[in-house]
Amino acid sequence: MSLFEVKNITVAFGGVKALNDVSFGVDKGEIFTIIGPNGAGKSTLFNVISRIYEPSKGEIYFENQNISKTKPHNISKLGIARTFQNLELFENATVLQNLLLGRHIYKKTNILSEVFFTPSARKQEHEYRLKVEEVIDFLDLQHYRDTLINGLPYGVRKNVELARALCTDPKLLLLDEPSSGLTNEETIDLGFWIKDIQSLLGITIIMIEHDMSFVNKVSDRILALNYGKILASGLPEEIKNNADVKQAYMGE
Amino acid sequence: MRFIFKTKYSQDINIAKHNGDRFWYSLLILIMAALPLVLDDFYLGEISYICILSIAGIGLMILSGYTGLASLGHAAFLGVGAYTHAFLLTNGIPFYASIPIVIVVSFLVGAAIGIPILRLTGMYLAIATLALGFIAEHVFIKWEHFTGGNRGLPVPQPEFLGMSFYDSVFFYYVCLVFLIAAMFAAINILRSPTGRAFVAIRDSEIAAQSLGVNLGLYKALSFAISGAFTGLAGALLAHYIGYLAPDIFNIFLSLTLLLLIVVGGMGSLHGTVFGAIFVGFLPQLIAICRDYLPSSIGSQPGLEPMLFGLILVFFILYEPLGIYGRWMKIKLFFELFPTYKRQTFKKQKVFTKSDRV
Repeated sequence: MSLFEVKNITVAFGGVKALNDVSFGVDKGEIFTIIGPNGAGKSTLFNVISRIYEPSKGEIYFENQNISKTKPHNISKLGIARTFQNLELFENATVLQNLLLGRHIYKKTNILSEVFFTPSARKQEHEYRLKVEEVIDFLDLQHYRDTLINGLPYGVRKNVELARALCTDPKLLLLDEPSSGLTNEETIDLGFWIKDIQSLLGITIIMIEHDMSFVNKVSDRILALNYGKILASGLPEEIKNNADVKQAYMGE
Repeated sequence: MRFIFKTKYSQDINIAKHNGDRFWYSLLILIMAALPLVLDDFYLGEISYICILSIAGIGLMILSGYTGLASLGHAAFLGVGAYTHAFLLTNGIPFYASIPIVIVVSFLVGAAIGIPILRLTGMYLAIATLALGFIAEHVFIKWEHFTGGNRGLPVPQPEFLGMSFYDSVFFYYVCLVFLIAAMFAAINILRSPTGRAFVAIRDSEIAAQSLGVNLGLYKALSFAISGAFTGLAGALLAHYIGYLAPDIFNIFLSLTLLLLIVVGGMGSLHGTVFGAIFVGFLPQLIAICRDYLPSSIGSQPGLEPMLFGLILVFFILYEPLGIYGRWMKIKLFFELFPTYKRQTFKKQKVFTKSDRV
């Protein structure tokens, strides 16, 4: 049984079907990449999974549990974390504060213990920080702890967003175009990190990506979408040589 | 420039980041405590009023500055606090019991109003809160049993700790203690997960949601906490004014609070005090200036609101970070001297931000 399964998902915006009867499964420990030309419905798919969009039809299963009706803010509690295509960081907060927010789902204090900042609140902050420091070490962010996001270069911001997602201790990580806007070197680093997240942290990854050489290097399986429909799915080699995919990307 | 060598996580959690902080803030509290020795009753009254404004400012700052939700009707909460307090005192509830009740009542009123109203955003929310201010004013007029209607409601000045609220020195200390307590409460909220969730909602709702922040709950909580602080300020304001009438809690008071947080500096607790000092003394300053202006201008009744409006506009245009922002720039200038660059605080243009998610 797959860790994560999408069954017959259809999303319609008026007459446009952004996703049309899409089904696939992702196994535990896999790096699963979704590719497709612009407007193929990749980001829509992510937004359906994180419950920002309501699917018109279909169901999503995570660990054999139907999450199609789960509230958006409860998705991360189940162990699904995500990053965004155009960075959704908390701009006027420091890197540390951004990462600490990644621990929000583990909050045990209530408002009264916070007003008086009781020892339990302090203890919780220490526990949060321990995990955050692990992630900081993992992604080499030591240098930026107290910097405001506002003042950071784009590559670092992307990294912080990945770090923030990791801070939630997810079982499944959704990465929306992790390499867009990065330099070659940063992309290479990212490749190593993604491999490490898979092997060292044991996190399953679903990734949307355009950079094909990067995709081929890190992915275990690839799904190609076009106009909301599945074109092909399989191993990187198979996708590379698939006639439909070639046609969608390069024309005849 | 100061470099702090960090060896413990507690150093990031503690309120005072280094000994310099401890020294200066203790000194400030000592000076404030010693003020009655040098100042006469008039100035003590003014400073008490500034303390009250600061507490109300903290309330609005948490809502607008930290959670990013506008409110143009915050005088309503001052009114709720003031009337509840006066009503309780009139019915023989002692001061020390009345204040916690006021805080709880304002918290609940905030939550009750917040839950429906916070489905709106941006401009619509601003208009809804503006309406809230007017509705509250009318409720204060019509609900005569509770508020005395247009006749007004005298505020009893009971004994507390064997002292009377008529004693301006005692009242000054009461306000000061409440301000310090409110400040600590606000700092504690803001350095714990709830405060961070507020900032998250301000900067990106969608990311906050994906990290497990329940938007509806936390927005309502922010409104409720904001109401609680403002309600407390209202209770103290009741003692300061002595006689409550509905038209005290009008739109002008709401706008004064808004001016307070904008001038002080959005998103900083220091800003609430700076802003309170500013709006507390501004009417006095205007009154003094009136004497020196030609009578055709000086005797205009609309001079004060006009100046308030002008100042608000100029701050938003030229110093969006307010007095606290200016203070940070001056501090940095001397820390980095002579290598300070004006560009440091220039807002970067962001081209990647869009509505897409």
